[in-house]
Amino acid sequence: MRTPFFEDHVKLGAKMVDFHGWDMPLQYSGILDEQKTVRNNVGLFDISHMGRFRLTGETSEECIQNLVTNDVSKIAENQAIYSPMCNEEGGIIDDVIVSKISQNEFLIVVNSSNIKKDFEWMQRHLDGNKLKDETQKIALLALQGPNAQAIIEKHTSEIAKLKPFHFMKVKLHGQDCMISRTGYTGEDGFEIFFDSSASILWEKLLSDGQIFGIKPAGLGARDVLRLEAGMMLYGNDIDESVTPLEAPLKWTVKLEKNFIGKNALEKNEPKKRLFGFEIIGSKRVARQNDQIIYEGKNVGRVTSGTFSPTLGKSIGFGYVPPEMQLGQDIQIVIGGKNYDAKLRSTRFYKK
Amino acid sequence: MTERRFTQDHEWVELSGDTATVGISNFAQDQLGDIVSIEFPEISSKFKQKEAMAIVDSVKASSDIYCPMDGTIIEINKNLQDHPELINKSPYDEGWMLKLKVSNISQFENLMTQQQYEKFVGEEKG
Repeated sequence: MRTPFFEDHVKLGAKMVDFHGWDMPLQYSGILDEQKTVRNNVGLFDISHMGRFRLTGETSEECIQNLVTNDVSKIAENQAIYSPMCNEEGGIIDDVIVSKISQNEFLIVVNSSNIKKDFEWMQRHLDGNKLKDETQKIALLALQGPNAQAIIEKHTSEIAKLKPFHFMKVKLHGQDCMISRTGYTGEDGFEIFFDSSASILWEKLLSDGQIFGIKPAGLGARDVLRLEAGMMLYGNDIDESVTPLEAPLKWTVKLEKNFIGKNALEKNEPKKRLFGFEIIGSKRVARQNDQIIYEGKNVGRVTSGTFSPTLGKSIGFGYVPPEMQLGQDIQIVIGGKNYDAKLRSTRFYKK
Repeated sequence: MTERRFTQDHEWVELSGDTATVGISNFAQDQLGDIVSIEFPEISSKFKQKEAMAIVDSVKASSDIYCPMDGTIIEINKNLQDHPELINKSPYDEGWMLKLKVSNISQFENLMTQQQYEKFVGEEKG
């Protein structure tokens, strides 16, 4: 599948890759160059491969409350919330962002790898509400980095007042957009929703950002940025075999309300825990499924690894037994060789 | 000018007497993307042709560097330890990786010429 910006990526000379059935840009100028641009300046990402569902109905709030672990009743209109969505066993079906458009309408952004699975799962729990897959109808771009606000400010000064995880309606180049202060990079920035027909906005935003030196950024940079910021990637770090309590997502589990999977999460002790790690004395990069060794024993596996340009270190995430602690010395087996590493918080980078 | 030959694994070799300078091709660095580390073999270690002797890590992938000709490691490009990006920026010059004292010079003749390599890469790209 192609997003509305496919031609733009090709024109910019992007290296394209298949990402869960989507032809997506891996990189343009280079992963590290794009990573640096987003950390220090501003980058533009096409994230139209992510799924967008619209949930409407009289009891849509109760419906979404039942589906996700976080407390949707805590958000007002024009506000968004991050949450896992679990199965009955507490396994993570997906992690999503729920935006409250109005009392009876929610927009839910899901992972591209899970569009079909999520839609089917949610359809089984609608209780008379309506769910529409608008992935093809709505385009989604992410403008991320310290200069992102200055670009939107050229269109509306109101954007300066927009708080994190809030959204507002803005006209960009005559096009109605919904702009939320959210992202997957650990930087300030926005995600911009608009009708797919307005694909010209990719070019327009790049030219708006030209005075800052904006660059298009691809999935490669996005992965480095989200790892540095301690954000989970579905399919790597979380899936149905783990619970939010095993992943570092306890803060999203609200046991004072009801939701699918609550009983299992209350009853079952975590069997493992996801930690961050940094490799000591080498810049070799750990990859998914590399073994984690503690006191000579194989105790877990790496779920994501990369080189962090911000830290100048090789970092990653992995699951280890739940009793393990931050700061403990471990080893990672990369290509058959053991490398010293240390358990850390997943938040490697804080703005 | 010293002739540069290539392996099917995308290493390049330049031979001067029995000293071979080795690196990876422009095609290889482009495929790997941003290189962030290189792990060298010990000086004086011996390798046979096609044996893995070094590893480069890019953000995306790890890749073995294979020995292009039988020989002994006599020098490594230490500059790459702090500046692995030179492999991307200058694969045939500042990005050279190591030098071998080769034990079988005739192996050089079996490596691909620039022209043969370009054709080979063209086919690999499909």
